[in-house]
Amino acid sequence: MASELSKETLTSAKQNEKKKDLITLAHGSGGAAMAGLINNILKPIFNNSWLNEGEDQARINMADLLADLAPSDQNRLAITTDSYVINPIEFPGGDIGKLAACGTLNDLAVGGAIPRFLSVSFILEEGLPVERLAKMAHSIQQVAEQEGVAVVTGDTKVVPRGAADGLFVNTTGVGIIPSQRSLGCRYIQPGDALIVNGQVGNHGAAIADVRDGLGFTSILKSDCASLNNLIQSVLHQFSSVRCIRDATRGGVAAVANEFAQVSECDLELWEAELPLHDSVKAICELLGFDPLHLANEGNALWVVDSSEKDAVLAQLLSHPLGRNARIIGEAKAAKSKPRVTAKNALGTSRIIDLPVGELLPRIC
Amino acid sequence: MCLGIPTQIIEITNADSALAVVELGGVRREVNVALLVEELPLDQLIGQWAIVHAGFAIGLVDEDEAQQTLATISDWEREEPAS
Amino acid sequence: MKLIDPFRDPEPIKSAIRHLQPKAISCADQLGRPVQIMEVCGGHTHTLFKFGLPELLPKQIEFVHGPGCPVCVLPRAVIDQAIALATRADVIFTTFGDALRVPGSEHSLQAVRAQGADVRVLYSPADALVLAQQNPSKQVVFFAIGFETTMPSTALVIQQAAKQGFENFSVLSHHITIMPTLRALLDRDDVLIDGFIGPGHVSAIIGEQAYRDIADHYQKPLVISGFEPLDIVQSIDMLLTQLVEQRCDIENQYTRVVKSKGNQAALNAMYDVFAIDSEDALWRGLGQIKDSGAPISNAYAHFDAAKRFALPVQNQEIDCSGYCDQVMIGKLKPSQCPHFGKSCSPQQPMGALMVSTEGACSAYYRYRPLMENSEVV
Repeated sequence: MASELSKETLTSAKQNEKKKDLITLAHGSGGAAMAGLINNILKPIFNNSWLNEGEDQARINMADLLADLAPSDQNRLAITTDSYVINPIEFPGGDIGKLAACGTLNDLAVGGAIPRFLSVSFILEEGLPVERLAKMAHSIQQVAEQEGVAVVTGDTKVVPRGAADGLFVNTTGVGIIPSQRSLGCRYIQPGDALIVNGQVGNHGAAIADVRDGLGFTSILKSDCASLNNLIQSVLHQFSSVRCIRDATRGGVAAVANEFAQVSECDLELWEAELPLHDSVKAICELLGFDPLHLANEGNALWVVDSSEKDAVLAQLLSHPLGRNARIIGEAKAAKSKPRVTAKNALGTSRIIDLPVGELLPRIC
Repeated sequence: MCLGIPTQIIEITNADSALAVVELGGVRREVNVALLVEELPLDQLIGQWAIVHAGFAIGLVDEDEAQQTLATISDWEREEPAS
Repeated sequence: MKLIDPFRDPEPIKSAIRHLQPKAISCADQLGRPVQIMEVCGGHTHTLFKFGLPELLPKQIEFVHGPGCPVCVLPRAVIDQAIALATRADVIFTTFGDALRVPGSEHSLQAVRAQGADVRVLYSPADALVLAQQNPSKQVVFFAIGFETTMPSTALVIQQAAKQGFENFSVLSHHITIMPTLRALLDRDDVLIDGFIGPGHVSAIIGEQAYRDIADHYQKPLVISGFEPLDIVQSIDMLLTQLVEQRCDIENQYTRVVKSKGNQAALNAMYDVFAIDSEDALWRGLGQIKDSGAPISNAYAHFDAAKRFALPVQNQEIDCSGYCDQVMIGKLKPSQCPHFGKSCSPQQPMGALMVSTEGACSAYYRYRPLMENSEVV
């Protein structure tokens, strides 16, 4: 009897302990639980002087913002924000934390900005293991550290079970665009080369693999990566880059269409030149996807003045994140409404539209 | 209609239910191969290529026939006057 | 990829096109107009446009895009039935991704999913049985669509459900068969089709002989074709050869997959579970087609969702654009339909052929030869 009792007590104690490890609505209530979460879990992970000041806003000296850049009126502040929702939270090649850090840093870097600071907001679903939150925060910090960026402010909110899917993350990035840099799709000219720095569609295909219980497995990994270092290495040397945009949702097709619309140039992609992983090809055949519509998280479409395309390509190829880089097409003068086409190995072309809604696997 | 892709059968996973794993370009999935067993017994399916549609293998791919189809076209190519 | 890439190799394709050119010219001369070839299957339409074959083929060859896209011809009434089931609180409704966007009379399955219906996209009907096992308190319904290619899979799953005594699994079946439809098209007196490219994967199941009527009764040549560009070009060559020699035969280009007798195990399963060609079926854009329906047979009525949930019989198609059938028999090109690219587009499909990416109009819209699209918004 006694031993049974103690067993029961033990179990309930264990359950209590386990309960402590889960996010509850109390963690979002502004009380002690929330303070504990922030002070014991999140602050030690992101640990930096700006954050540790503990004010409602991060206070940054202009000198810290400029760092080693010479002060100039022509330097510009770049701000970008993005929210990240992904199922599953952890996927081959990354997790929502890595995605949230890389995605926002990429959005800064593709505009020519040198990223400096990040903010991070979590929306947590009640019942999420605290350990999981910590893991995602670590993922963010790992990327931030690697890129020399500090997470200087943040927020957590908790919503009742079912009101979110595990956790959602919003990150805002702040960076400086040095005075001499000016990138934009309005600068695209006929004759410019289109370059991708990596294999096309790996993220989208890897996610399709594991999401929705479609039952496929592969060795495919998301290409989720911060392109900051790669981009800085190119922009440091070459002024002939017209614009860069990471080909996330909607894939290369969506970015190419955005470029065509703004620049009023036709963009011609060369299908045979697309760097494609065998497994992406296979997934596309099996489920009826177009690789140009699949998302990328560490791959951008670069438009480069044709006079320097080979030099830029060589620089990309020398970087680990650019070793599959390839020239995949060119901009042309638009005859009528600007459009994106794909030319195949047979020499015929088809129009590349934006994907219609979500990508659905098909059987016919 | 009827997306069907040649994939290679690499493993029988459940002989009673005629389930096998097929592979294409490193992508794998368990599919039902019950519709093939009149052509070849289960244990001889490994290594064979089959057309997979909606999770079911609907027919084997005859590699000799595939070669023959390609050879016909090669003959046409050879017959062409050199340009 | 093995068994795919060699059939997409540009040089052999170009050489095969040069090979068939004189035959195309001589056929068109005989006819006094371009040769009209119907590719029955949406998969072939897709290949034609994806690889831009019409641009490369001699202009004496024109394509009539056939009705062989099961998603495109799904009638609104059947989507309405699907929605009636999907919106029940006790139902997990499972479907192929293709059916999700097809519009019913008011909504699509995608729209009711957004409103809270439990609609799940599956790759295989077998996965629906697994879901039924995992969710004993729910009724799992699988929405079965497609031609003979897909029918044996549905049949095997229903047989398995019967064997294992599943009580929470049923199938909303709208399987249809291809031959009655081709007959219905050929019975019209205004058809302008000189020959058919036959559906490769349907034929892997039903074999070559199923098409005998096309050659014997309707006096049209048919060549069963694979789905790669080289397959299609070779099939066109075989069709033109027949036309030049004034023959009408059923020939098989897709010999690496299609056996002359088809797949007997598949046919057995199909005929066990479905009452083939026993019922008229409704086709979006074409209306009622005699004997083209394959309802679940009485022996398996227990797994028929329409019966289990006592759905009202739907036998009237609510509307269609009125031009779809004319596109399907070769009287109109998709871009000649007054709705094309205007009131009917892939974003807002109206007619059958615009609904699926495999539909002739959708494929035309997406992959239209560049010179033809300047007037399309």
